[in-house]
Amino acid sequence: MTATLEEKVEGEPTLTRRTKDDRRATIIGWVLLALGAVVFGVFAMGAPAGERATFGLSLPADRFKGLEWSFDARIVNIIIAVVLVLLGADRLRRTRLRWTNRILAVSLALFVVAFLAWAAAGSSFSMVGMLRSTVIAAVVITLGALTGLMCERAGIINIGIEGQLLTAAFVAVIMSSAFGTWAGVLGAMAASALLGLVMAWLAIRFRVDQIIVGVVINIFALGLTSFLASRVLSEAQDLNAPARVSSIRIPILADIPVIGPMFFDHTFFVYGMLLLAFGLQFALFRTRWGLRARSVGEHPRAADTLGINVWRIQYRNVILGGLIAGFGGAFLSISQVARFEENMTGGIGFIGLAAMIFGRWMPLGALAAGLVFGFSGALAQKVAILGTGIPSEFMLMVPYLATVIVVAGVIGRARPPAADGQPYIKE
Amino acid sequence: MALELRGITKRFPGVVANDDVSLSVAPGEVVALLGENGAGKSTLMNVLYGLYHPDEGTVAIDDEPIRLDSTRDAIAAGIGMVHQHFMLVPVFTVVENVVLGQEPTGPLGIIDWGEARKAVIEVSERYNLAVDPDAVIEDLPVGIQQRVEIIKVLNRNARFVVFDEPTAVLTPQEVREFFGIVRGLQADAKGIIFITHKLGEALEIADRIAVMRAGKNVGEVLPADTNAAELAEMMVGRPVELTVPKGAAEPGEPVLEVRDLVVLDDRNYRAVNGVTFEVRAGEIVGVAGVQGNGQTELVEAIMGLRPSAGGTVRLLGDDVTDFTPRQLHEHGVSHIPEDRQGSGLVLGYTVAENMILNSYYDRPYSRGIVMDWDATREAAERLVEQYDVRTPGIDVAVSTLSGGNQQKVIVAREFDRDVRLVVASQPTRGIDVGSIEYIHSRIVEQRDAGSAVLVVSSELDEVRALSDRIIVMYHGQIAGEFTPDADITDIGLAMLGSGQ
Amino acid sequence: MTTTTTEPPEAPPPEPPSPMESAAGVGDSLARSLLVPALAVVAALVIGALIIALTDVTLVPQLFSDLGPTLAAMGREVLSAYRALFRGAVGSVYAISETLFATTPLLLASLGVALGFRAGLFNIGAQGQMLIGGMLAALLGIYLDLPGPIHIIVCILGGIVGGVVWGGIAGLLKARTGAHEVITTIMFNFVAIYLAQWLLTIPLFQEAGRNNPVSKPLQPSAVLSPLFGSTYRVTIGFLIAVAMVFVVHWLLFRSSFGFEFRAIGLNPEAGAYAGMGVVSSVVLAMGLAGGLAGMAGATQLMSLAPFKATVALPGSVGFDAITVALLGRSHPVGVLWASLLFGALKAGGREMQGAAQIPLDLVTVLQALIVIFIAAPALVKAIFRLRGEAERPAQLSKGWGS
Repeated sequence: MTATLEEKVEGEPTLTRRTKDDRRATIIGWVLLALGAVVFGVFAMGAPAGERATFGLSLPADRFKGLEWSFDARIVNIIIAVVLVLLGADRLRRTRLRWTNRILAVSLALFVVAFLAWAAAGSSFSMVGMLRSTVIAAVVITLGALTGLMCERAGIINIGIEGQLLTAAFVAVIMSSAFGTWAGVLGAMAASALLGLVMAWLAIRFRVDQIIVGVVINIFALGLTSFLASRVLSEAQDLNAPARVSSIRIPILADIPVIGPMFFDHTFFVYGMLLLAFGLQFALFRTRWGLRARSVGEHPRAADTLGINVWRIQYRNVILGGLIAGFGGAFLSISQVARFEENMTGGIGFIGLAAMIFGRWMPLGALAAGLVFGFSGALAQKVAILGTGIPSEFMLMVPYLATVIVVAGVIGRARPPAADGQPYIKE
Repeated sequence: MALELRGITKRFPGVVANDDVSLSVAPGEVVALLGENGAGKSTLMNVLYGLYHPDEGTVAIDDEPIRLDSTRDAIAAGIGMVHQHFMLVPVFTVVENVVLGQEPTGPLGIIDWGEARKAVIEVSERYNLAVDPDAVIEDLPVGIQQRVEIIKVLNRNARFVVFDEPTAVLTPQEVREFFGIVRGLQADAKGIIFITHKLGEALEIADRIAVMRAGKNVGEVLPADTNAAELAEMMVGRPVELTVPKGAAEPGEPVLEVRDLVVLDDRNYRAVNGVTFEVRAGEIVGVAGVQGNGQTELVEAIMGLRPSAGGTVRLLGDDVTDFTPRQLHEHGVSHIPEDRQGSGLVLGYTVAENMILNSYYDRPYSRGIVMDWDATREAAERLVEQYDVRTPGIDVAVSTLSGGNQQKVIVAREFDRDVRLVVASQPTRGIDVGSIEYIHSRIVEQRDAGSAVLVVSSELDEVRALSDRIIVMYHGQIAGEFTPDADITDIGLAMLGSGQ
Repeated sequence: MTTTTTEPPEAPPPEPPSPMESAAGVGDSLARSLLVPALAVVAALVIGALIIALTDVTLVPQLFSDLGPTLAAMGREVLSAYRALFRGAVGSVYAISETLFATTPLLLASLGVALGFRAGLFNIGAQGQMLIGGMLAALLGIYLDLPGPIHIIVCILGGIVGGVVWGGIAGLLKARTGAHEVITTIMFNFVAIYLAQWLLTIPLFQEAGRNNPVSKPLQPSAVLSPLFGSTYRVTIGFLIAVAMVFVVHWLLFRSSFGFEFRAIGLNPEAGAYAGMGVVSSVVLAMGLAGGLAGMAGATQLMSLAPFKATVALPGSVGFDAITVALLGRSHPVGVLWASLLFGALKAGGREMQGAAQIPLDLVTVLQALIVIFIAAPALVKAIFRLRGEAERPAQLSKGWGS
């Protein structure tokens, strides 16, 4: 049997040229060294000696108030700088290449802590408040990512998530204003699923290029919702006044420090997102539906020869994806705010798409990516408030740049389903 | 309990793929369905497997006509198929692949993986098909993947099993094992249809041989009553030329020298692992071996299409390792790629455009960046004439030509200049006999004109007929070197890695 | 040896096309190839009429009580809307000027998208490329002191460079790492927006005394002169855009770059085997596509009073360009007609909004519908019960699997 590169086999001809994994470890090694240098030079030395930074770890409404973590910003940052340099040097040795990504993730987290310590030196800021807004910001991103994932796992590319969210947000407002919250949620889900059905129909029945379908759905949804908003909602303003969904505080769990306010004092949308992410992860890998859906996304012809109806599974998944997007769209217009505005999604569907890729087509990966991207958004706001002089625009670029880095394979390639985007044609 | 196809006719736009074809198989019987590529075997089997609707004719089990509207119906009727291109999901495990489509499930559709594994192990033990149930398919060798396909079929309680060209990707040794498996199935009263275009295999394994040609039944014979020559004639309609007319080689100076070449495949495995050989002017060196033993990567590395990871490639003494395809082209290297339609031609381009596909950037076809379409047309007209390309004109899309004529377009493009080295991969795969003979003679002509020729083919017969020297690749290394008249079993052993 | 002299880039007539041109699968007979687009427009207008009628909040409730007169009233409303649409598009010199004004950036950006399609690249990033091109043009237009024509040329070149860089990065990532251009260009659109938003708040760009992201105005010498006189908005930018139709046509069908682009677009592997520099071609094609979009951004900036850059500079042109390129079947001449149509819709839409109180957004809906009907010819044929062999639907992108 041939050997992989990492197993050095006695007597094999030596390789004279480097491999990808080697190069990647080298690049990341240098990146970590650079980060370490920044942490030392800017974040550690930039903060006055002995100045303390304080991270607030509870909210005023919490049962356990006044929790905080206060520390000497310079000392903590010097420690972080040393750790980063050691990790970087370790990568340059190019051993245990499998660890590269995990080390990178840990290092980036440390870098963010160092940054916050520097920014908060001499003052305090509510860490838990920021984490809570992270979770809220993650809702639509994660749900958008799960929508894309449902479609792409079955081999249909969906870049119309943005349009589905926008349509759902619009319908949610009208239905909620007229018939109440649940009507709003269900109406939004139905509308978004209907768009999904149209997308699937065009992609499967007419084999229209799936990217085109997505682009057109986005344009269509933007045009139609804006048209209706100015023609109908402006006439009938009471249809744009839904009751805002209120939070449900989960007893006991919400009292846990940090975790409680982060996850357990929200509207049902947040709980729905968490349940969906975990539930789909289970369903995709443990159930008949999941196995079949994945087989369709990977090798539809094989599925077909086993009597699995490829198209039916694709329709079903795209429609299910639409339901998820509908749930997310409703959150935008009846929970986050309580009204519809033209183009209120503002590109968040594309962040969802990015999160799907960043999360490597895994439901829990989508959740993690949603949280990371949500965090970068929350951080952008905080940075603006703290007045560090760092433009918040650069934080807002993070999700997009991170996704480009992932698809470029700098940090290990994300592997999409093999038949993603290719229309299935029976022989 | 016999399975019968009666009077099947299947038409496609412009072709009658099956014309009143009949075939039957009884439990415990092995029937070989023999025919050339394109004879209609696969169409017939797709009808049997519910993938195609026949325009006429019926399928019956025990004289009872059955409806086959989908693969589901075929599976329910007890028909199983092992496809030529395995229908396995590469990223799934063996168990996942086997149970896909009929998963043992508990409440909420949750799959009972314990039950699933048990079923797989049961079948694999009963029929002696050893395989690790938790291995991921893409990590398994081809022979084992085939076992998974067979387990898949048996796990669906198939009573009739169709094998579509099952030995194409196997080593001679794996073929022996495979025949053992077929015997085991036969003993278990399965009815087996064995599709092949290899005469020897049909003679060895079958109880009965049915021959198809051009979509029609040609005849049915018992192995005891016939021989290879007779079968061959039934298949192709006339005695086949098994040899290529050519004189003795007069090798000159070394043209291509490959030293210690290491090439990694897409998954970073060493597909070519330290290969050294040379090809001299005026000789044809054939590379034999079962597909997937590094031949493809070797050619890609020589042709600058895949970076080498170690070693050198020299052309007439100059180091050309990792030269670009264009540099090699300009050094007089011609390449007939393995995948004619995938990498040899732009199917949407015209015949004329394909004729200049690698020389468009220079005179006479362009000046600076301005294309000269008149010069292009002129050259194309000449080449079509000269290389006997049968086409309605040079302005039709090359996709409308037959496989043989498409290949002639490539040969014309590659041979119409001062050539030092020809690298030909599977030069005659899937084309008609006339074109095969034509292309072989053109290759010999190049040799006699003083080119060095490297031919890679998975058809051992072709390698033997064409080559002056044969090297055999096994697991990325050279497992032996032979003269074309060497004993075929010795070559076979080398292909298996157990020679020398 | 034949004697084809080197033709000047602007000169070669689009007709008759080179014999090689039919190869790319565009050329059915003219009538046939116009049938589906024409029917698509008709179908979209019919659906648009239904949308107008059924969203009238005062009329719809009366449908149940007073069917006949209500339907008539709806008909009148639709008619007046479409009459305004037509009037605003071609009804007067002013209308035509507005149409050409709207067409200008659309045509340039669509040529870029079409060029990408030909090379097998799905460029969703025209939006970002326009913005970056526009920003660079703004920088040159604000700070350089040059005589009129030269300043204009420099600014447009700046726009091209900005777009080339922005598109070229996506091309480079695609060629070097296989990163799918659909994903990267979408992402770069947003990166461009945030980059521009930041740039427009630093003193280098921001107009003095402003809090919002708006640039200083261009020097008068960098402003494109009007084509029909100063009462009309259309500028010589339109002529530049039309000239680019010929340039792109020549590039695609008469140059060896075009031969490479199209070959690689149809079968990149065969291109690589034939020794074409797939990497350089992909980067070049993506760069040129970006350059055309960047040019669109520059001309838009230099045509639209008050000649200041904002994040909203591209409007929806970058996305509309995708629809135009599809409608024009990625052929430069087809793209010219398609962008005139969509430009006319946009100009007419404003009149429709002003005169008939039908929101301009209806035009966006019409565009989406037209493109869907174009992309699914079988759908149009089914609606109009046409016979004829099923056309192969456009399959432009490869999935991002594999």
